[in-house]
Amino acid sequence: MRLIINKLAIFLSSLMAILGLFFLGWILVTLVIKGSGALNLYIFTHNLVNNGILNLIWGQFVLAGLAAFIGIPVGILAGIYLQEYGNNSRYAYFIRDLSDVMMSAPSIVVGTFIYAIIVMPFGHTNGWAGVAALFVMLLPIVVSTTDDMLSLVPVELREAGAAIGASKYHVILHIVLKAAKVGIMTGLILAFARVVGETAPLLYTSGSTIYMETDLNHTFPSMTVSIYNLATMPDEKLVELAWAAALVLTIIVMMLNLLGRYVVRNKR
Amino acid sequence: MNNKLEIKDFSFTYRGAKSASLCNINMSIPTNKVTAIIGPSGCGKSTLLRSMNRIHDIYNGNIYEGEILLLDEPQQQNILLIKKENDFIKLRQRVGMVFQKPTPFPMSIFDNVAYGLRLSGTKNKRLLKEKVVKALKDVALWEEVKERLYDDARGLSGGQQQRLCIARVVALKPEVILFDEPTSALDPLSTLAIEEMIIELKKNYTIVIVTHNMQQASRISDYTAFMYLGKLIEFDVTENIFINPKNKKTEDYITGRFG
Ligand SMILES: Nc1ncnc2c1ncn2[C@@H]1O[C@H](COP(=O)(O)OP(=O)(O)OP(=O)(O)O)[C@@H](O)[C@H]1O
Ligand SMILES: [Mg+2]
Repeated sequence: MRLIINKLAIFLSSLMAILGLFFLGWILVTLVIKGSGALNLYIFTHNLVNNGILNLIWGQFVLAGLAAFIGIPVGILAGIYLQEYGNNSRYAYFIRDLSDVMMSAPSIVVGTFIYAIIVMPFGHTNGWAGVAALFVMLLPIVVSTTDDMLSLVPVELREAGAAIGASKYHVILHIVLKAAKVGIMTGLILAFARVVGETAPLLYTSGSTIYMETDLNHTFPSMTVSIYNLATMPDEKLVELAWAAALVLTIIVMMLNLLGRYVVRNKR
Repeated sequence: MNNKLEIKDFSFTYRGAKSASLCNINMSIPTNKVTAIIGPSGCGKSTLLRSMNRIHDIYNGNIYEGEILLLDEPQQQNILLIKKENDFIKLRQRVGMVFQKPTPFPMSIFDNVAYGLRLSGTKNKRLLKEKVVKALKDVALWEEVKERLYDDARGLSGGQQQRLCIARVVALKPEVILFDEPTSALDPLSTLAIEEMIIELKKNYTIVIVTHNMQQASRISDYTAFMYLGKLIEFDVTENIFINPKNKKTEDYITGRFG
């Protein structure tokens, strides 16, 4: 009897795994078929106004990059605080819970929130609002990754550091962070991969434009938002371009994920 | 007999614990000797040892009572009065500690030993290297690692890692070295290597070792303390404890009747 249940469990779980993989495969195949048609060097060297995606790639990376540039140091410091300094205090538990709640907040809510506090006073969509929205998305991921990875560092290592005459901040800086480095790096790459593909937080915040833009005070090009816009265009050419852009974005996100895994595998 | 540490009416209570883990301990740790602490699991051996360099204090809220005097004739200092981080650092440079599990830092073999030296103010590169090499030789690790000083220390075997951790402590030239079951995670050969090293080290250092291994205590220690339920039951020259214990509890424990 137990053998039968065992076999059944294996069968069911394999079935579900295959089902999941099947849909993933379907999505990828569709993307490749529909996206590769318009995929050529031209689109990487021209802006959307000329039927290319150069300004979109640029815009997406500037928005996500700036969000990461601000969010990563803030998040790591907050994570260090939670794990190393505030571990038992109520305040730390509160922050930790808050960060978890933030992480599970629907991204459209984040977009609307930033719309209310930045876009409305500004009067129009702009790059900074997009950065802020992605920052809000990224921050809790970085905080909890750092928090988790630091918690995996054995206490013995911290004690050994203190026993050798290192002050608390030396132990954290030279020993604990180093020991957790690989895990934190992986988390950061995955966090970046996560926000680089976000649409909803950017929809009302950065908006998107067909032109190249370098001033974050203006409406800023965004790949995801433009894909969303283009996909509903009547012009078939533009729809095809949307597919190509989606394929490019998917490849970028997948490469970032693979990079994240590669880091883990090589450093352990 | 010269003493390095004097523990007087010492009691210790962990943060939030209902009762004290150590009650009224009185003992003296003689200079340049090996003192072993034995006793059944949970009797407070680690707690006592960890009081001697106040490593407990990286977690706050523990309660100390009594005195632990660190002697350096003619000076003496009650280490239980230390409050400032700087003074803790000075104390731990004088009283080093080796843990049960090897704890190599996530850096090269060289840096593992150099780290504490740099913190304590050795900046000169040549001097640093000299001290590192000396420490590695002192723990009989030099021959095994001289070709790969700059490799990650986590690539060493468990026994080598443990000797590296001892080198790290020895490099700082402390006055006392505390060992908390330093060989319980090691194979018999590595254990033997470390025991021989401890006997060698006592020429220059005062050593306190917690061990569950009765043979080990009798092989390497000059004095032995037997603890039971947070109390020091008997403390004497090692031969007396093992051959001619005065207390019934000690005798029962030595002969393996409980524990
Ligand atoms: N962090 C702590 N908080 C509260 N109580 C503790 C803590 N650590 C240890 N204790 C208690 O203090 C007593 C002594 O523990 P200690 O670790 O010193 O024993 P030990 O003699 O070293 O045992 P072992 O041989 O198993 O290592 C035990 O009753 C233990 O439960
Ligand atoms: Mg113990």
